[in-house]
Amino acid sequence: MRKFKKAMALTLVTAMAAASFVGCSKSSSSSSAAANNNTTKEAVTDADGKEVSMRDQIAAKKYDNEGKVLNIYVWNDEFISRVADHFPGYEKVDATTGKIGDVEVKFTKVDNQDNKYQTNLDQTLQDNGKNQENADADKKIDIFLVEADYALKYVNSSYTMKLADLGITDADLPNQYQYTKDAVTDSEGNLKGISWQGCPGLLIYRRDVAKDVLGTDDPTEVQKSVADWDTFAETAKKMADKNYLMTSSVNDTYRVFSNNVSSKWVDENNVINVDANIKKWVDVSKAMVDAKETGTYALWSDDWAKGFYKDGNVFCYFGPAWLIDFSMHCDEEGSVGYDGGWAVTEGPQGFFWGGTWICAAAGTDNQELVKDLMLCLTTDEETMTQIVEKDHDFVNNSKVMEAKATDDKFGDKYLSNQNPVGLFCNGIKTVSLANISGYDQGCNEEFQNAMKDYFDGNYKTYEEALDAFYDKVIVKYPELKKPE
Amino acid sequence: MAQNQASVAPMGKGKKSKVVRYNRWGYIFLIPFIAVFLVFNLIPLISTFYNSFFENYMAQLNHVGPNFVGFQNYKTLFADGKIWQYAGNTAIMWVMGFIPQIIVSLLLAQWFSDTRLKLKGSTFFKTVIYMPNLIMASAFSLLFFALFSDGGPINDLLMKMHILDEPFKFFSSKWATRSLVAAMNFLMWFGNTTILLMAGIMGIDVSLYEAAEVDGANSWQRFTRITLPLLKPILIYVMITSLIGGIQMFDVPQILTNGTGNPTDSTMTLIMYLNKHLYSKNYGMGGAISVVLFLLTGALSLLVYNIMYRKKDKEA
Repeated sequence: MRKFKKAMALTLVTAMAAASFVGCSKSSSSSSAAANNNTTKEAVTDADGKEVSMRDQIAAKKYDNEGKVLNIYVWNDEFISRVADHFPGYEKVDATTGKIGDVEVKFTKVDNQDNKYQTNLDQTLQDNGKNQENADADKKIDIFLVEADYALKYVNSSYTMKLADLGITDADLPNQYQYTKDAVTDSEGNLKGISWQGCPGLLIYRRDVAKDVLGTDDPTEVQKSVADWDTFAETAKKMADKNYLMTSSVNDTYRVFSNNVSSKWVDENNVINVDANIKKWVDVSKAMVDAKETGTYALWSDDWAKGFYKDGNVFCYFGPAWLIDFSMHCDEEGSVGYDGGWAVTEGPQGFFWGGTWICAAAGTDNQELVKDLMLCLTTDEETMTQIVEKDHDFVNNSKVMEAKATDDKFGDKYLSNQNPVGLFCNGIKTVSLANISGYDQGCNEEFQNAMKDYFDGNYKTYEEALDAFYDKVIVKYPELKKPE
Repeated sequence: MAQNQASVAPMGKGKKSKVVRYNRWGYIFLIPFIAVFLVFNLIPLISTFYNSFFENYMAQLNHVGPNFVGFQNYKTLFADGKIWQYAGNTAIMWVMGFIPQIIVSLLLAQWFSDTRLKLKGSTFFKTVIYMPNLIMASAFSLLFFALFSDGGPINDLLMKMHILDEPFKFFSSKWATRSLVAAMNFLMWFGNTTILLMAGIMGIDVSLYEAAEVDGANSWQRFTRITLPLLKPILIYVMITSLIGGIQMFDVPQILTNGTGNPTDSTMTLIMYLNKHLYSKNYGMGGAISVVLFLLTGALSLLVYNIMYRKKDKEA
């Protein structure tokens, strides 16, 4: 209320101060280090002719003739911990700073929801100017992370560097999954980002509930009860009869539908388009909500997360490897995963969720370190195997993953030692990113918000909710138009 | 004054400059205010008007505009009628909070300032009722969000007491969500209003009450015939500041509804709408809403002021 005025004034003062600093720091940076485009990979050898691993090479480097600060934009702790745990020579200083050789690493963390991360990043990129000429050497963004939902927005802009200019070529990435490359390839075919993970999703269900209702917790048997949306609905009814929720929220199944669309959210004339499969999600979900087989909670809310714990009553969630490892509180006593209470199966349709891509910001003054960071975390087999073993992430390396899929000793303790890798490997084959657009995050979030009111009965008809969705999206993206 | 000046004029330069120097101090003392007002109020105000006539936003990472479009932004703004809906939401939530706020504040102010009631621990309670205002609105909203969530403690409590059979979805119900916003605004501001009204009541001459008592007035008559009329200037102040605060309502509903203004846009306030436009850096539309808000606030303040004072003039 009245505080708003004060906050506004404060913001203005800060903005003015910030602007004046930006103005006086025109440090010239003509450091477009000539890209080293030797594509043939030659193994580096030591004095005895023995091959030196990438990790050892990196560990020996000081990076002392580059920028003193490596600025990385992230929206959560995942990448911070990947770097801290797996990049050789990283010394942790505190939660968001560290040191590699002589370079100080600074993570800037901005919440992802409601486009906040993008807004903040965009502002900084624009303030820094083309190739970040207007920014202090220490303030230049070197790396920022993007998600599939909006990767194209950055990839098709001049704010990202071509990986070829960093000296990373196709020869470096023989085992990466194709879709992870498609997501960050610009309209001219240049690769402009790289990822260490693949995110095929599976149906993650509770073993005890499966035994209680379906009489078995064996993944192949359970799969028969969720093989397509019709059997899924039948199983949901059985769950409801025993007072279980099939899923925690309608939004759990959203990705499964939205990843199997046959058209983009926005067509070539900037008209918003709701795909038939998205409409199917609305129909399936409305029926489930009306039958009290699921809730309408927002993803990540406390109510949604209740099913992660034993006193919850949720049968299944949909998610990729990182959901189990990173979000389901499995290391907490009382959670389902703590005693290995989860299991995975393929579910009705293949899908992917999330995935984080590393982009090099144009104008970075830490090119060598950026290149090494990318190569080490996303292509080095030794490092990637470490990531699988420590974090159970599904890494972006078919060779490593297929080896793990047949490894009898490898199992996820949160899944009672079920080895989910084979299922994930199957899932990733169906992932297609042909229909993503730069507007996906805003459209997905606003669509879910609007439909929540329809499911809850606050909008009487689908059309009303759809209108609300169009209005909200157009406010968010003024260049878009409502279909006639 | 005129006489004085006329007599000073022929007396030579020395004395005249002394008089002028005092005036100059007045101007010097005014400079900080004028400077701050210019930089932080007037210039932004004018630039807001200016911006509202341009098409100027970010489409993905491309800057569209600024192109002069005349009144197009205003046309777009009023074409879909959303702004009236949001103005309505704002008004409803403000009134729902303000009515209990002014009633409770008047009552408390009267009790606290009544020397004959001899309330025990009134200093303690004066502090306590002001407390909610010290908490950040965002923290307060998050607290309410957690308390009233579907699986939250309030629902748990109501179910344990067998008042409800299944959790009531506060944030899926239009009026429940609005009531929560109003309740929070009420809780945050009634202490502040109480303190203001108390200051007003204590400024009223005690002899008036004594005289009224001698004439046989009861406490209700004393309140309506003496306290209320003499409290009018403070009441007007409270009304207008609260009205402006109400129009600018933002933080509580924003945090409570996670920025969506749902269910069905029923808690979306004008400033939240403005904020939505700023996500795409739509300075044109943002400017247009701000101008409408400015005019609205000005008109309402004038209205309140005129109604309250005209009555007083008639009485006088």
